[in-house]
Amino acid sequence: MEARRPLLELRGVSLAFGGLTVLNGLDLHVDEGEIVSVIGPNGAGKTTLFNVVTGIYRPDEGDILLDGESIVGLEPHRIAQKGVARTFQTLRLFLNMSVKENVMAAAYGGTKATVFESILRLPRARREEREVEALAEEKLSFFGQRLVGYRWDQPAYSLSYANRRRLEIARAMATQPRILLLDEPAAGMNPAETHEITELIGKLREDGGYTILVIEHDMHVVEGISDRVVALDHGEKIAEGSFDAVATDPRVVEAYLGRREATTK
Amino acid sequence: MSEPQKPREEQGPGAPRVGVDEWVATHEQRRQRAGGVWARLGEAWHRLPPWAQLAVVVVPAAFFPFTTESDYLIRVGINALLFALLALGLNIVVGYAGLLDLGYVAFWGFGAYAYAMLSSAKFDLHLPTVVSLPIVIAASALLGLLLGLPSRRLLGDYLAIVTLFFAQIFITFTTNGNRLNLPWRDTPVDLTGGPNGIPGVDAFDLFGWEATTTTSYFYISLVTFALVLSGLHFLNRSRTGRAWRALREDPLAAEAMTIPVNRLKLLAFMFGAATAGLTGSIFAAVQIGVFPQNFELPLLITLYAMVILGGAGSLPGVVIGAVTITVLLEILRSPDDARLILYAVILLGLVGWLRPWRSLAAVVAGTVVFGFAVHALASAVWPRGVERTAIGGEGALGWAIEHWVLLPTQPGTLANVGFVALVAAILALTQMPRTWRLVALVPTLYLAAFVWENKLVFQPSVTRLLLLGALLVALMNLRPQGLLGTARVEIV
Repeated sequence: MEARRPLLELRGVSLAFGGLTVLNGLDLHVDEGEIVSVIGPNGAGKTTLFNVVTGIYRPDEGDILLDGESIVGLEPHRIAQKGVARTFQTLRLFLNMSVKENVMAAAYGGTKATVFESILRLPRARREEREVEALAEEKLSFFGQRLVGYRWDQPAYSLSYANRRRLEIARAMATQPRILLLDEPAAGMNPAETHEITELIGKLREDGGYTILVIEHDMHVVEGISDRVVALDHGEKIAEGSFDAVATDPRVVEAYLGRREATTK
Repeated sequence: MSEPQKPREEQGPGAPRVGVDEWVATHEQRRQRAGGVWARLGEAWHRLPPWAQLAVVVVPAAFFPFTTESDYLIRVGINALLFALLALGLNIVVGYAGLLDLGYVAFWGFGAYAYAMLSSAKFDLHLPTVVSLPIVIAASALLGLLLGLPSRRLLGDYLAIVTLFFAQIFITFTTNGNRLNLPWRDTPVDLTGGPNGIPGVDAFDLFGWEATTTTSYFYISLVTFALVLSGLHFLNRSRTGRAWRALREDPLAAEAMTIPVNRLKLLAFMFGAATAGLTGSIFAAVQIGVFPQNFELPLLITLYAMVILGGAGSLPGVVIGAVTITVLLEILRSPDDARLILYAVILLGLVGWLRPWRSLAAVVAGTVVFGFAVHALASAVWPRGVERTAIGGEGALGWAIEHWVLLPTQPGTLANVGFVALVAAILALTQMPRTWRLVALVPTLYLAAFVWENKLVFQPSVTRLLLLGALLVALMNLRPQGLLGTARVEIV
């Protein structure tokens, strides 16, 4: 088996808000082409982990490496330009822009035309505009017929909840990322949609070639997609390995359900 | 077993079923067809290519000077164009990037002063316009950058306060800038001319052609306006425009989607400031002088009123807003026209709001009867209360007012009390149950007419701003997004 190198690596990352330690010496790595799931009870630090990786928070200690290069201290848009894209647990679309514009806006980092080129409609600006539009249409067609055709020009707020989740993924893809961070992609979905998301995440890797780090509460999804599962509790890694190994790990069971003694007393 | 009920078909069997994708896709068209003439006009407008849209606006404007001999009317036209330019610049900062910049007039003032300093007898520089204008624009953009640098991390209200402070500093600086004490100079330096400003600004000098007539400035303003408008149109549809709107919608998500939010905020500030500076230069040359009081707070409020009225974020909207308010403010200068507009607006408001028709008829008839009754009563017991003739009252309306409204010979105190009472009455009206409101509306309307004829008509400069405020309050209730703006939707 060929040795895969980590695309994203966290080394001893710690973060505290005042006296509250949210991440505590966290080590984590995601290899190229891998799908890693992060699980853990509420408040375990999962979303904070995403916020630290994408540069919204700066870790107090430790280092974060993207393809061997430290990204700690970079501004979030620089990190995004280097190939880390994310979706948000609480959807954060540009609601009053059209569906297509949402995706096109995310191509900002991949284009170079200056304001003057745009104002004067110089060749580079026009060419990039065509490319960005084609890119947006391509990314939106990733979801079959759900986000194409007349939906391109509708405002994002008019979409159904599930389509808004899909649009967030399309928008993240338009930043041309190497690694996708998906924050609870199946939250609020019905069973059919959840099943579809499970297949979609697999398709993202097969067709899109993305490496994926995903936070998910739905254990069926986690089981269906993960190469590896990491369990967090109180900002620490309590288990890591295959789904079966982690799901039966006594510390994980304890984190979710509490101790056996406590329940039988 | 009964058949499931079929949704009602729109037109014939060929039409898509209600609710399926094709039906949803054509929903907008159906809504527009139902919207009547205005909606169809809007649709036709959107089908025009950008250059044709520009031509529809600019070409009729270009013929405006041929239709009138009046220098005054052409000056109003120049004012409308300059305000439209300013509103376009403000729209970049407020409408696109969503930054509440209350220091915007200072950039206008800076542009005007900078041009006046470079091209006048003040420092004996007399630079030709083709040299001074680029300097002014670049300097304004730089000033925008400098104000943006400390302000870019401030959000919402905090940004508004800091920029408002900047606008006030500008006024203070220009008013006192005629005696600046510099450490390396023994005598104070005169930079801005103080309260007297800088008179005698050079006419626009474009490659040897001097703009001397009002009409030439009209065309200079019109060409500048067309250039700025088309530039902004293309900028709005470029990556930069999208990024601005994205950061207005959600700065955090924009940042996570590769958009350098802070840099784009600075860019918005710079573009707004540069537009304002450019407009200021034209203003200085048209007015042949600049004075601190040209750039005070009421102007900022007027500008915001234009952007809000037209709909922030919509280019045609802010242009319509600017032209409407400029023209309205000019009309309201004359008491006669202002009176006509006041009564027309009140009547239209009643027609628009009061339902059913019986209530409307009752209120109007009640107000008329109430007025004549009060007038008759006053003639009997207090003859001095009806003696005065109405200001500018000619024709039928003047006659009606003299026989309907109380016009005391010494209106001063009574009118002031009436004004306060009117404000209180309007506030009380909004809190009353419906039946009482209808009854109370009658004396309130009469009180409004009384206050207008005895107080407001003497102070057109204050009155027109009051009317403008009332207009905006009414509009914000009817159409919060402005005339051509798009309603912002938030999902919680």
